[in-house]
This record gives sequence, structure tokens and C-alpha cells, in this order.
Amino acid sequence: METKHRKKMNMWQKEALTGYFFSLPFIIGLLFFLVVPMFVSLYYSFCDFNILSDAKWIGLKNYTAIFRDNDFYTSLFLTLKFAVLSVPLRLLAALAVALILFRNTKMTPVYRAVFYFPSIVGSSVAIAILWKRLFAADGLINSLFGTRVGWIGNPKTAIWVIIILSVWQFGSSMLLFLAAMKQIPESLYEAAHVDGAGGIRSFFTITIPLLTPTIFFNLVMQSINAFLIFAQAQLITNGGPLKATRFYVLYMYQTSFEFSKAGYGAALGWMIVLVIMLYTLFLFRTKKYWVYEE
Amino acid sequence: MRQKKGKLNKSLYHLCVCVMGLIMIYPLLWTVASSFKKSSTIYQTVTQLIPKDPTIENYINGWAGFSHTTFGVFIRNTVFVTVIATAGAILSSLMVAYALSRIRFKLRNPLFAMVILTMMLPEQIMMIPQYLWYNKLGWINTYFPLIVPHFFAVSGFFTYVFMNFMNGIPKELDEAARLDGCSKFSMFFHIIVPLTKPAIATVTILSFINRWNDYMSPLLYIKRTPNYTVSIALKLYLDSTSSSDYGAMFAMAVVSLIPLFAIFITMNRYLVDGVATSGIKG
Repeated sequence: METKHRKKMNMWQKEALTGYFFSLPFIIGLLFFLVVPMFVSLYYSFCDFNILSDAKWIGLKNYTAIFRDNDFYTSLFLTLKFAVLSVPLRLLAALAVALILFRNTKMTPVYRAVFYFPSIVGSSVAIAILWKRLFAADGLINSLFGTRVGWIGNPKTAIWVIIILSVWQFGSSMLLFLAAMKQIPESLYEAAHVDGAGGIRSFFTITIPLLTPTIFFNLVMQSINAFLIFAQAQLITNGGPLKATRFYVLYMYQTSFEFSKAGYGAALGWMIVLVIMLYTLFLFRTKKYWVYEE
Repeated sequence: MRQKKGKLNKSLYHLCVCVMGLIMIYPLLWTVASSFKKSSTIYQTVTQLIPKDPTIENYINGWAGFSHTTFGVFIRNTVFVTVIATAGAILSSLMVAYALSRIRFKLRNPLFAMVILTMMLPEQIMMIPQYLWYNKLGWINTYFPLIVPHFFAVSGFFTYVFMNFMNGIPKELDEAARLDGCSKFSMFFHIIVPLTKPAIATVTILSFINRWNDYMSPLLYIKRTPNYTVSIALKLYLDSTSSSDYGAMFAMAVVSLIPLFAIFITMNRYLVDGVATSGIKG
């Protein structure tokens, strides 16, 4: 009995050891590439640091400076504006096209691929180049519509160039909606039909409510992404004109690497983490009012 | 009569969808078309989709690259980083997913929670922390920041995709293998990994696309032109105000999109599956 017990213990221990062995990459990765960098950045956020020379501890000064920094507020509100405009438009486009493509025809896979492709290439520099030329004063958009607007050069329209690029990449959300719509049992629609509900009625009373969890998931993920818009804004407008598209992460990047205020940049980084956490929390608070749960 | 109406409706539907689809990809078609136009005429013929006398001159000029570095070098660098980082990501994520899906040990649940947490953590958040840390390690101007982290399963999303898939493999298989004297190690290599192939395909594609498009890491860490990846090289075209060789710029943009397009056409099914599993991408 005694030996059997010991043997069993050994087997469990052996299994646990194997478990740690296989998860070792992640344990190391978590510590070395996430936790340690976080602490390093936390430390530097209390320092005056320009990357090249030694850091000097200045306590909370970076954080107090943020609250007096007009550029901080401007870029934060600009980013908020971008998220509030681009995310709903993107989800609306995704939902509308998903509804159109829900019908099963021979061509449906091809159509789906066509609408999804922009999501694949959207974050590449090639697309940034293309977008910049598309909206240039002598670009395709102006030529097609016979206008002569400097879309990128005008502070009022520049943000829309970036928003349209974001909306253009609705494909991955569309695929999520399509997958969710397939999960809705056909019998619900049949029952509604028997009860005399038309297509539009069952759309609003069956499809939309059952899609709300997917809409919510998309809303959270896309909002976080929108808050962190960086590459395309840097490439297409580089924050201009007159800071009209200097979104938060772009401001953080410029502060750290172009103006060599890395300590202040680190502090800015912690502020956006805080803002995103609050925003996500807010979205979760609204959940019980509009998300359908079984 | 009714049948006729149905047919008409059907054609109308397809027409509408085709027009919408064309609008969606028109910018891409326009880029490809422009890359075959003479650089000096691109903006006089902006609305022409089919170039009048197509030329490959832009491709030759673009391929010549910058400061004695041809575009081929940029592509070679990108392929190098993409392939190695993707291999590392697959190997490490498979291991971790196996541990979390199949092995009982104390830290399993907390580790799983951390995987989910890293999934929600966008790279921009880590931009400054990682830069400061790699700076301390002396990794600036090397490929390490672009490659090494991926060997440590830092993309929780890939681990999650694998885990989801492995959870679908019947547990009875493990039991049978164990009774046959198969250890947890050989079970991983001989049973679980071969059965996970479809998910491996999905992750390979997603990782390849992400690495290929990656702009932020090379921007931060690669400072010398001969070491540039394609994305940073293309930025040079965008920045260089002196030469306005739009043709060459378009041509190389098209070249940079070819691998993505090829993967998309051949592997579309796996991609769609991947997005349907979770949809963090994009």
C-alpha cells in the first residue's frame, strides 16, 4: 500500500514536471518580455531619461507634467474622436455586408474573400502608400469626383482619410458576424414566420438580439485597437496637418524617440493603459442594458 | 412568371454585390495598374485603369533600391525574420497549448489566465517598455527584438487557437496512449502535434502575415539601410521628397503585397477558420 502510494505521488509529480517543462517558454517569455519591461518602463516613468545618457530620478514630476500638457489632452481627445467615429462605422459596414453575404450562392466564398482581403493587407506600408496617393490632391479620389480637395493637407478632412482606411478593413468583423449568424437556429425564423413576422421584424427581434454578444466582443476589441492607432497615421499624415491627426500613440512615439523624452513617454504609456482600462470597464458596465445573454 | 422574377432578383443581387466588391478592391487594382504606367504619366492618366503602353521600367527602377542596397536585400531580410519568428511562434505556442490543454499541474489555471491577458495586450502598449528594456540589453540595431520574443509564446492568441483545437481532440486517445506506455513527451510529438495540423496551418498564415506587415518593430530597432525589412524600405519611398518616382514606389508596394496575396488565395480556408475561432486579428 505504502509503495503504491509513493509510486502514484511520483507519477503526479512527474506529470506536473512535464507540465512546467512544456509551459516553460511562456513562463520565461512572460517574465522576460512582458513583466520585466513593464517594471523597467515604470521605473523610467519616474525619471528624466533621454535614452542616451543616464536616467535621473525625478519622482512624480512626469505624471504631474502630463496633467498640465495641452498636447496630452488634444491627442487623447483626438484619439477618442477617432475611436467613436471609426469603430461604429466599421461594425455597421461589417454587419451590413455580413447580412448581404449570408445568402448561400456558388459565388459566396469568392465574395467573402474579396471583402476580407483589405483586412489582410490593411496594416501594411504598401496600403499606407496607396492611401496617401489615393487622397492626394492629384490622386484618384479627386480625379474620379472632379474635386480638388487636399484631403490630407486639410486639418478638417485628414482624420477622415484615416477613418475611411479603418472602415475599409471591416472584413474580419464581417467574418465574425457571419460565423455568429450561422449559429442562430433556423427554427427560430420558422417559428417567427408562422407567427406572421416578416423579414424585417425577425431581423430586429431575432438576428440583432442574438448577435449582440458578437457585437459587444467586436466593440471591445476594435475600440482597444482604435485607441492605439499608430502606424497608418504615422505613415500617411505623420500627425499633421497642424497636429490634426496626432493620435495618442503617435504623440507618445514622437515624445520618446523624436524629442528624446523617453521617461515622459513611458509615463504617457501608463496613462493610456489606464484610459483603456477605464473605457473597457465602462463598456462592460453597459453590457447588461443591451447585450442578450441566455 | 414567378420563376422569372426570382431569376431577375438573383442577377440583381449578384450585380449589386459585384459592384460593391469592385469598389472595395478598386484601390488595389489601381495600384497594380499604376505600377505598369510610365512614372511621368501616372497622374495624367489617373482614372485610366488599363495602362495604354504598359512598361516594367518601374519594377526595374524600384528593384534598384536605395544607397547600393537592392530591394532584393530588403525582401531577403524580411523573409529571414518572418520565417524564423513564425517557426519560433508555432513551436513555443504548441508546447504551451499542450501543457494547458493536456497536463495537470498547479499553475495551469493562472498561466491560462495570463495567456488570455497577453491576448488582450496590444503591441503598442509594450512599445516603450520593450524598447527601454531591449536598449538596456543592447539589442538595438539587431534582429533580436524582431525574432527572440516569438520563441517564447508571447502571442497569447496563437496559444489560444492551439488550445481550442487540442481541447477538441478526444481525451480517450491520451488514456489509450498512456496504457500503451506512451509518455507525455512522445504523446506530444506522435499524437497531438500531427492531429493539430489544421490549426498549425491557421497560425502559420496569421503569423506570416503579421510578421510580413510588421512596421513598428523594424521602425524602432533596425537603423541601418542594409538591414531594413520591406516595410521600412517602403517608408523610404514615402519619405523621400527629393525623388518623386511614384512609379517605382507603386511597383515595390505591389511586390510587397504579392506574398500576402499568394497566401490569401491558396490558404483562404484556414484563414477564415482562424478568424472564426476568435477574430482578434485585424
